[in-house]
Amino acid sequence: MRIEVDAPKCVTSGQCVMIAPDVFDQDDDGIVIVLDENPAEGQRGVVEESAAVCPAAAIFVIED
Amino acid sequence: MSGFDGRVLIVGASASGLAVAETLRREGFAGRLTLVGDEVHPPYDRPPLSKQLLSGEWDKERVALRRSADLEALSADFVLGAAAAGLDAEAGEVFLSDGQRLGYERLVIATGVRPRRLPGQPALVGIHTMRTLEDSLTLSHRLKSCRKLVVVGGGFLGAEIAAVARGLGSAVTLVEPAPAPLAPALGERVGESIADLHRERGVDVRTGVAVREFVANGSHVTGVVLSDGTELPADDVVVAVGSDPNVEWLATSGLHIDNGLVCDEYMEVAENVYASGDVARAYNPLFGEHIRVEHRTHAAEQGMAVARRIMREAAADPFCPVPYFWSDQYDLKIQAYGNLRGHDEVAVVDGQFEGHRFLALYRRGDRVTGVLAMGLPPKVVHGQRKLIAERTEWSSALENVPSPVVVAQ
Repeated sequence: MRIEVDAPKCVTSGQCVMIAPDVFDQDDDGIVIVLDENPAEGQRGVVEESAAVCPAAAIFVIED
Repeated sequence: MSGFDGRVLIVGASASGLAVAETLRREGFAGRLTLVGDEVHPPYDRPPLSKQLLSGEWDKERVALRRSADLEALSADFVLGAAAAGLDAEAGEVFLSDGQRLGYERLVIATGVRPRRLPGQPALVGIHTMRTLEDSLTLSHRLKSCRKLVVVGGGFLGAEIAAVARGLGSAVTLVEPAPAPLAPALGERVGESIADLHRERGVDVRTGVAVREFVANGSHVTGVVLSDGTELPADDVVVAVGSDPNVEWLATSGLHIDNGLVCDEYMEVAENVYASGDVARAYNPLFGEHIRVEHRTHAAEQGMAVARRIMREAAADPFCPVPYFWSDQYDLKIQAYGNLRGHDEVAVVDGQFEGHRFLALYRRGDRVTGVLAMGLPPKVVHGQRKLIAERTEWSSALENVPSPVVVAQ
């Protein structure tokens, strides 16, 4: 599982940070930062939920 | 994974319907899944329609909600370009406008809303509403040559469109019947701050007046007449006066319709029938009332909750969302949590209206029911969400604020 974000799409809602704080953070302007591009399988639930709920559809979970 | 594996029909193929479908599959749903959408496009995102797509910053491919490979991986039947026309809940069938009949064992209604029109609004070239991709592209094209734009309705949508049009060089007039833009939702004082922001950027903001009639030259609109008799010439007019839920197709279904589909905290409208997204007026235990929410984030969260309810039945938790929304006005972002409408009082606890950087709390009864930030770093705002989630008492929220500016309604 690999995470890609389309940062220019980010609307700084911070939903992902609330759901998966070990994987996502925000910079001072609120734009998404990926802390862990290849999260452990145990993070799958929260990562997929972050992608699903992202109001900008800016998070992609890619299966390699 | 165990759970329901029958046939699920989702009417509505936008953000909320898609969230239902994706969450069902993630929860292990192995049954047949069908999504019906009245638009011909695969699911796309609506917030950019009044922002980056309208300004021309993005092209239309950018608003797709998912990559085509992700949609294929859903293993769902997409029936696009077909509107739902009726429901026979007893037979478990939905009729489409093209004559198709689709059976279901679980039905999710996510048909959204459509722009409200003004009473007696004529069909003239140059009068726009904003809901679909085509609406946005049409207006975006017009704004390249539009010299004078009148925006009727100073809600979030109207205010965003005014900001974008101003940025593209149009002369913009914003007409709002309330004493200030956004006043019905955010209160008059916060609304005035937003009016000031628009005035500083050169928008002519007219409040306390409504549009009485449209002026036309042949089939093209050339202006509007306001309730005070003022005539405003216009090349184009945008009508952004709110939305109505798309429930007419359910008129004879026997479902409870009252400003949307009335449903419980599990979004159940009737046995095996659920509502999700802008069309749903669900009971929210946090606020103790049924509320219909037209926010992008809520549409996805509610869709996820519906899917979990379908899969887990009794094991699913009630859906108690803290609604979140944002709006872009020029280079400033407005962010809010909670249910701001119907508040009793507003208190500015940080920053100030001047300069448009402030944090405001909203009170209803003795609780904090809303938080709104304008022009503040997003992280500051997110920390305030818990005030609503924890139903914080107003007095304790204001306890440590040195000098709150309280604005009574």
